Parts: sequence; structure tokens; C-alpha cells
Amino acid sequence: MNGPFAAALLDPARERPAGLTGPGGAPAGRRFDVYRNNVAVSLTEALERGFPVLARLLGPEFFKAMAGVFLRAHPPRSPVMMGYGAEMPAFLETFAPVAHLPYLPDVARLELALRRAYHAADAAPLDGAALAALPPDRLLALRFRFAPAVQLLRSDWPVHGIWRANTEPGAPPPPKSAQDVVILRPDYDPAPHPLPPGGGAALAALIAGRTLAAAAEAAPGCDLPALIALLLAGGALTDAEEAR
Amino acid sequence: MSNTPKTLAIAGALAAAFATHAAAPAHAQEAKEKCYGVSLAGQNDCAAGPGTTCAGTSTVDYQGNAWTLVPAGTCADVELPEGRMGSLEPLERDLPA
Repeated sequence: MNGPFAAALLDPARERPAGLTGPGGAPAGRRFDVYRNNVAVSLTEALERGFPVLARLLGPEFFKAMAGVFLRAHPPRSPVMMGYGAEMPAFLETFAPVAHLPYLPDVARLELALRRAYHAADAAPLDGAALAALPPDRLLALRFRFAPAVQLLRSDWPVHGIWRANTEPGAPPPPKSAQDVVILRPDYDPAPHPLPPGGGAALAALIAGRTLAAAAEAAPGCDLPALIALLLAGGALTDAEEAR
Repeated sequence: MSNTPKTLAIAGALAAAFATHAAAPAHAQEAKEKCYGVSLAGQNDCAAGPGTTCAGTSTVDYQGNAWTLVPAGTCADVELPEGRMGSLEPLERDLPA
């Protein structure tokens, strides 16, 4: 969208565009005001729905005010609202009024990743039983394809704990340590899972197409069998091949 | 392909992980259908609800609130280790044992 009409839509201080008329040729200035208001309100609501934990963390009044700044800096680039707000993490990193809440960008990344996982294509999960019979050296040479819904988020903050404390009644307070998170979608509902120590590095290696042996070496001390069990249970793996 | 003894040692546990998680039978998969808009309401469509009516006044300008606003949500409940809030330093990662 370009031009004075669009510019005036996003900037309430601007004059209404000239020449707008309603039925019977009457000036449509007030109609424009209603439309202008609806643009801001509906985009704010889209952000509230897309970032419910962020909205909860900041409180409704602050979130609405912040959404007003965000939507003017980052109006939708697509008429499809399901991806709206992708710039939120970067926006939060530079938005001074939340500079004292440095974990917010990762909370936004987690919420975006959940949305991406929800809309990702379906994929048939791998049958692990066929692989269990492989001898150790061939098993360790396996590398995997991942379901499109799988999302890895590596965070310097207890992002899963913060998310959980704000979505699940009675959840424990977030731990005081950094958390890597994987989002899995076994059927159609994505869910974030905190990874065990070293799990982020091991999973990053596997997603990059490296073998189980390489993942074990990239993250010594990681409970790789537990990670694989988590991935299999979550339908994250769709295919395996032996590296030669 | 050379595997260290330590790496080889996990192969048995990996095989067990694979054996435990055989794929679910096809009929179990078919029993569920994707239902847009139910499990994560609102994330797969535009916010076509109250926003499309006159939910506010025609002069709503959220920027007018300026930044005298202090976040009033649950962020006050998120406790990070002492001093972290001020220094904004990332937290220590739990390292593998």
C-alpha cells in the first residue's frame, strides 16, 4: 500500500485524503476516520491473538499502546494475517520502554515459532522400529529429515518457563537458567518442550543434516537417546538415511 | 566412519529409543482431522471480530499515551537472578555434566 490514502490510514495526525465521497456525493471524512480506526484496532487485535504471552507479560494497556507503535512501523505486507508480527522480536530488541525486559524478544520468537509450527505442512512420522535393529556403527551414521513443523529456539533466557508460567495455571516459576526449546507437533497441536542440557547443540547438529555420531560429539554429555525419544514421540523425524 | 568408544556406548540406548517409538497405526492417524481455528483460535485468520466494528472512537491514538505507561502484566513476576535485570546479561546455560 502506498500513497496518501495508506499514509493517512496509519497516521492519525495526517489530514484525511482529499476527494473521498460517500453515497450521494457527500464528503466521506468521518467514514474514513472509522476505517482508519478499524485498521489500527484490528491489527492490534491480531497482535494480541498472535502474542498472548507477550500481552500477558506486558499487561493489556501497555501491549495495546506498544501495538500501536508496532503496527505503524510494520504494517502488514500480506493480506494473510496468520503470519503478521514476524518483525516483533527485532522490534522489541530496539523498543526502549521494554529494554529492562531482555527476555521479551525470545518470548515473541517462541510465540511466532508456535504459529509457524501450527501452519506448517503435515508430514508422516518415521517408524523407529525399522531402525532399532541396525548395528551400532550404522545406527550412529544415521541422519534425519525433520517434519516442517519442527522449530528449534535457542535462548539465553528461561523462555519455556516464562511461556509456561503464563499459559498454564499453577505452573512453577521459570528456572533461573537459559533454556533451549523445541516445538513439536505430533498431530496438529504444536507444543514447546524444553531441551535437556546440551540438547540444543545436538538438535541443531541433527537439523543441519549431521549424523547421530556427529551430534553426540557436538554435545558430549547430552542424553542423546532421551532427545531421540522426545523427537520420535513428537513426530519430528520423517526419514532417515545412512551417511556414507 | 570412526566412532569413539563413548559414542558407541550410546548406540544401545539409541536403538532402544527407536524400538519404543514405532509409528502409530494408520487408523490412529486418520481418527484426527485438522480443524482450523479450534486448537489455536484466531491464529489462522484475520482478526475479523470486534475490530471490524467501531470498537473504539475514530480518534483512537495509542501513541498519545506516551511511555509514561509501565508494563503492568506478569513480567513483574518473572524473577531472574539478582542483578540480571540491571545488567541485562544473558543467563548461564545449563551445561551438560
